[in-house]
Amino acid sequence: MLTIQRLANQLLESSTSFEQTAFIGIQPRGIFLSDRIVSEIKKEVPDAQLQYGKLDITFYRDDIRTELHVPNQTDIPFSIEGKKVVLIDDVLYTGRTIRAAMDALMDFGRPDKVELLVLIERRYSRQLPIQPDYVGKAIDSIISQKVKVLWKERDGEDEVILLD
Amino acid sequence: MTLSTRHLLGIKDLTPEDISLILQTAQQFKEVLQRPIKKVPSLRDVTIVNLFYENSTRTRISFELAEKRLSADTINFSASGSSVSKGETLLDTVNNILSMKVDMVVMRHSASGAPHFLAKHIPAAIINAGDGVNEHPTQALLDALSIQDTFGKLEGVRVALIGDIMHSRVAQSNIYLLKKMGAEVVVCGPPTLIPKHIEEALDVRVEYSLKKALEWCDVANVLRIQLERQNQVLFSSLREYNLVYGISKRVLNGLSKRITIMHPGPINRGVELDSDVADSDQSIILQQVENGVAVRMAVLYLLSQRPATSLNN
Repeated sequence: MLTIQRLANQLLESSTSFEQTAFIGIQPRGIFLSDRIVSEIKKEVPDAQLQYGKLDITFYRDDIRTELHVPNQTDIPFSIEGKKVVLIDDVLYTGRTIRAAMDALMDFGRPDKVELLVLIERRYSRQLPIQPDYVGKAIDSIISQKVKVLWKERDGEDEVILLD
Repeated sequence: MTLSTRHLLGIKDLTPEDISLILQTAQQFKEVLQRPIKKVPSLRDVTIVNLFYENSTRTRISFELAEKRLSADTINFSASGSSVSKGETLLDTVNNILSMKVDMVVMRHSASGAPHFLAKHIPAAIINAGDGVNEHPTQALLDALSIQDTFGKLEGVRVALIGDIMHSRVAQSNIYLLKKMGAEVVVCGPPTLIPKHIEEALDVRVEYSLKKALEWCDVANVLRIQLERQNQVLFSSLREYNLVYGISKRVLNGLSKRITIMHPGPINRGVELDSDVADSDQSIILQQVENGVAVRMAVLYLLSQRPATSLNN
């Protein structure tokens, strides 16, 4: 997908050294995007040692008393101390997932910088002061609408759907 | 997804889906226990009392660690040195503690059914840490996780439970769980320590020969000889028990395949297990202990959804 290639190129542009950068995909749906982006980056710099991890934020959610979620795998096999961390998720909506992800990250160490990459940014829907650094596509939507991102690996095709 | 029950009183009340959910969640908590900061804030708003009317070090410490790793507040209560010695009833004790706004109770008691009694009378979620000779559900769950870690599954795994089956709540819970998850179970021990109608009642095979049970099984879960529970002498001496039913390296080496050894602890070395087995690489006893904290974290997390003191109640 062209957008994913463009996002990967943006990341390549802004990262000087990959030893000090870590890419972290957010479970469960950010993983499909982060897998693809990391493999695009690998095509450009096949010799670089990329640090790529997966983060599940279930235990840091703020809605734990209204709904119980089943956790997915967290796998961050490197230290994030002093590094630039790029969080990768599919849709940025209220910002609460990213808030939880930042709290989780702090328990792993003290990163130098945290940046956010999303495929879809739902503008004017934020409930917390959180903004992305890299955006695939920004769309305007209202609360009653739902944005669904489908991935070939799981759903059979790549598609972004806006539902009413 | 939540559990089908509000409390964890026994494996008897759980569905196979419940058990899978607990084991799956426990795997994620195992990863948390590897992090530099081994804490998650999930139960920050929950207060838990560990109500132990019976002695325990291992289980109580395991629960306490699990609670603290979930950022819950914990209170420990042991019967000795409390007003129980002045004759306070169980219900009074618990109601007093609950008035101090406690959300969950982890309970161990020498009377079978004590947690079930409590569950009927108080609004907090109850977790059974062992009641009399009835059940010890978290032990069975951590045993299952350990078997799953070793064999990759539970279905079709051959498990031999060896020792004092009659007085063992660990055996009872394990039998319920293993049968629900499709494992094959054999109980083995002296006839005086195996309940008479267990085959019909629980649908398990009985084997009196240790060698045959070990030849058949993939994993042997060895139970402690519980000296403090027995009123009669059900075997002639500890030495004779060890000669006939004790597991030594020599016994293991005489089998046609390599089996895994488990034990809920504490081990009576030289009685049911010899030291050369307990400390060998065939034993996963220490992994069981490690899994215990993760499993208890999973149970507490999954039962924590509606604290007794929340506005919804």
